[in-house]
Amino acid sequence: MPLPADTDATTPKYLRDKYAIVGVGETTYTRGSDKTTRAMGSWALRNAIADAGIKATDIDGMLDYSGNDSTSATFIAGDIGTRLNFYMDCIGGGSSTEALVGLAIGIMEAGLCKCVAIFRSMNGFSQVRIGGTGARSLAPVNGDALHNRAYGWQSAGQSFAPTFMRHMYDYGTKPEQVAMVKVVHSEHASNNPKAYYKKRYTVDDVLNSRIICKPLHLLDCCVETDNATAIIVTSVDRAKDMRHTPALIRGIVGRCSKPRMDMHYQHGPISTVAGYYAKNILWPNSGVGPEDIDAVGAYDAFTFTSMLQLEDYGFCKKGEGGEYVSSGITRLGGRRPQNTSGGHLCEGYTHGMNMVIENVRQLRHDVDDSCPIGPDGKRQHTYDYREGGCRQVKNIEVTANLGWANPMTGSAMVMRRGA
Amino acid sequence: MPVRGEYLGMALTIDDLDGENVTYFKHCSEHNFHLQKCDECALVRYPPTSGCPWCSSPKSTWVPVEGKGEVHSYNEVHHAIQPAFKAVTPYMLLLVDLDTQKGQPSEHEALRVAGNLMTPDGKFAPPEMVKKIGIGSRLRMVFSDVSPGLSIPNWTIDEDAKQPEKPWRYPQE
Repeated sequence: MPLPADTDATTPKYLRDKYAIVGVGETTYTRGSDKTTRAMGSWALRNAIADAGIKATDIDGMLDYSGNDSTSATFIAGDIGTRLNFYMDCIGGGSSTEALVGLAIGIMEAGLCKCVAIFRSMNGFSQVRIGGTGARSLAPVNGDALHNRAYGWQSAGQSFAPTFMRHMYDYGTKPEQVAMVKVVHSEHASNNPKAYYKKRYTVDDVLNSRIICKPLHLLDCCVETDNATAIIVTSVDRAKDMRHTPALIRGIVGRCSKPRMDMHYQHGPISTVAGYYAKNILWPNSGVGPEDIDAVGAYDAFTFTSMLQLEDYGFCKKGEGGEYVSSGITRLGGRRPQNTSGGHLCEGYTHGMNMVIENVRQLRHDVDDSCPIGPDGKRQHTYDYREGGCRQVKNIEVTANLGWANPMTGSAMVMRRGA
Repeated sequence: MPVRGEYLGMALTIDDLDGENVTYFKHCSEHNFHLQKCDECALVRYPPTSGCPWCSSPKSTWVPVEGKGEVHSYNEVHHAIQPAFKAVTPYMLLLVDLDTQKGQPSEHEALRVAGNLMTPDGKFAPPEMVKKIGIGSRLRMVFSDVSPGLSIPNWTIDEDAKQPEKPWRYPQE
């Protein structure tokens, strides 16, 4: 949908449309990369540099995030052959991508550097497993962890489940409604040659898969994969010389949180998540609202995380998320498709960055599906969304990414198609 | 000397300098549940912290708190992640709203105390007991002894309380 005509896109305060994502890249999504996070990080970044049509030495800022399971910017910068004027390695997983784009804009606006690469590199299956099995599960239990890990309350699913369960209690949300998140994202993944899981699943498949931790079945949980992803952010002035239509950054909210961050369950309603607070920054900063968004990347570490965020950011009324995600709105061809690459549930797990990459490609109108490539080097999209077909959203202009760390903390970003 | 213990095969440690947790678990080891009460605003808080989440005062006094309440939410783990818990699945992780200070200082707040569902004598609840418990169930605290100076608060059915006719449970058993 075009932006509202009265949107003031020039307000310096908000830096709307002044910075853009100009390059995106990733490794393959695998289980068993047989590579270090260092090798994968520089691989993804080289792909992003080639995608942007710049030289490695054009990058003079670098940001990345990890849970002590990755490689610092210092090594990646060396391996791609550039000298940095700014870098920062951050601790964190989901919700980091959008927040770091915000920091990238801040440091460029402050004159600290001119072109920032952001990466996430992880062997989330073959080294430090995202689900918490292996090394993470064996770590000694000290001090504050006695109040959670000593109770077998450790993995993301275990940690978030009281939120999901209480949502079902508060609003009557049904398992078969929530399962539709997986169904729809798997349909989209079947049109994504890169996706780790390309199979289309049904509601029955989800409900008949084994219970991991109520209310989560195996197929309510994302995939664990090895991969690296990278994006390049720079000013719109610099973007003019680059290869692709830039994805202009309209507005960001970063790691916005609920009260009682020491233990967020102390403050309710616990079925409400960080988006409840974050929306009040995201939409005014972006100058748009949920109704203006053509496609969403709603962080799907679990089926529930997508649904909860859609509610709290205002895509539907609070408590009506189950109805919303099972209405067809979120499908390719629907009013507001989401996680068009298949997301974390199917494409691969990269702590949010792959959903930003997908929206950048969507906004270029050049998403990498199986449609034939035309003489101009761009895909000739058919908009036939049947299995193995197209996944380009028609005439897409504005996207939102809703990043999730946990029920307490989230980040989000609105982008629009540049000229 | 740090407080150490082994619980279900997990090594638990509280460092000497972690005064709040040392005191919290020392009371638990005597099978008393104590929480910090703010010396300024008089609100009680959970879990232990170094300052008041409502008024930021660093000053507090440990006070006894009744270990009784109602299940606010839960999860039921069928596929354990930590090796320690694989032998006790399905196990329940409970968030229990204590009766003390429920709805204060705002309607959505409560002392929401975590713990596993146990039998009255402190063993992990068997599957048939797990199936009886849901949102709204009335529970009382029991302690699992780990080592001298270290016991962990957990939950069991409050036999003396009036239980809801049908506590809310996830629809798929």
